[in-house]
Amino acid sequence: MILRSPLGRARGLGSSRSGSDHYWAQRLTAVALVPLVVWFVASLIVVTGSDLAAVKAWASKPYNSALLLLTLLTGIWHGLLGFQVVIEDYVHGALTKHLSLIFIRLVAAFLAISVSLSTLKLALGG
Amino acid sequence: MVEFALPANSVVQTGKTFPAPSGATRVKAFKLYRYNPDTGDNPRLDTFMIDLDDCGPMVLDALLKIKNEIDSTVTFRRSCREGICGSCAMNIDGTNTLACLKPIEDIQGDVKIYPLPHMPVVKDLVPDLTQPYAQLASIKPWLETHSSPPPDAERLQSVEERDKLDGLWECILCFCCQTSCPSYWWNGDRYLGPAVLLQAARWINDSRDETTGERLDALEDPFKLYRCHTIMNCTSTCPKGLNPAKAIAGIKDKITERRY
Repeated sequence: MILRSPLGRARGLGSSRSGSDHYWAQRLTAVALVPLVVWFVASLIVVTGSDLAAVKAWASKPYNSALLLLTLLTGIWHGLLGFQVVIEDYVHGALTKHLSLIFIRLVAAFLAISVSLSTLKLALGG
Repeated sequence: MVEFALPANSVVQTGKTFPAPSGATRVKAFKLYRYNPDTGDNPRLDTFMIDLDDCGPMVLDALLKIKNEIDSTVTFRRSCREGICGSCAMNIDGTNTLACLKPIEDIQGDVKIYPLPHMPVVKDLVPDLTQPYAQLASIKPWLETHSSPPPDAERLQSVEERDKLDGLWECILCFCCQTSCPSYWWNGDRYLGPAVLLQAARWINDSRDETTGERLDALEDPFKLYRCHTIMNCTSTCPKGLNPAKAIAGIKDKITERRY
């Protein structure tokens, strides 16, 4: 039985004084991804059809590998922020919500490390 | 998770039909959501055939005609009948609006009338608005100051400062926007919703208020404020033509602004 007053329920646990980080990072990554994705697609068109040596030569140029890493990591970060919103919106069980939020962070970390290693391997040769 | 299955006894069934008086030429069907908690029956959709030649121009006129002349048990809130009290907010023809401001002739086909969505129903078209009212109280919708007022004058405000309240003070708290917001449907227990956040913006933007920072502190929360995903249902449904989404964006801007 819940006899707590409506105002008490509405005030709840109060404000967490957070959320603006997430909001700002989501906007920032979204805006950053516009030029990055344009560059990424243009680059894909350029290197399509080249052999492995040519692609390695392209990727080993520092600005290319830097932009490549930036695009992939920004994309993963933005995706993580988006998934977090979806989970907070729709998953209401406390345990499932927290487990899902931890899970997507682990997935994002795994993806970030994988694409970083792959890009570095491509760029530095190996 | 979001509940997709309806709770027991909530499927809306076909109800009674009340035919138009003989000789009526311009007849329109009004389908009203009916629910009486005392009977334990499922909700039903009653059909009232109304002679438009013998009825006022607005949906509220038809509802009053139904209540006065056909079925006095039809239950709804109304007071001013001119769009200033916010009592007759309901879902008409698929959109939340005020029955007193909605012309019948704007509606093609049958007029379907439901209570405001996703709120507990008290009876028929009367939703239980306890939660949004409590949320409104939680944002302290009154002037808060630390300095003493001038001894024999009001707290003054320039014309430019007063202009910042335009588009906010006009809200009549009908909660059409609040109950049209999917984010409020899914997280209404924690998300304050567009109507309450617009009221919060009304006090944040008031030059005479001296607790702007505390107000922003109280809102800076992933659920209280940041559940707004600019879906814009609030803005498109507002019967007073206000823009709650813009007011909420203004709050987010201020919170970002004070960080840098």
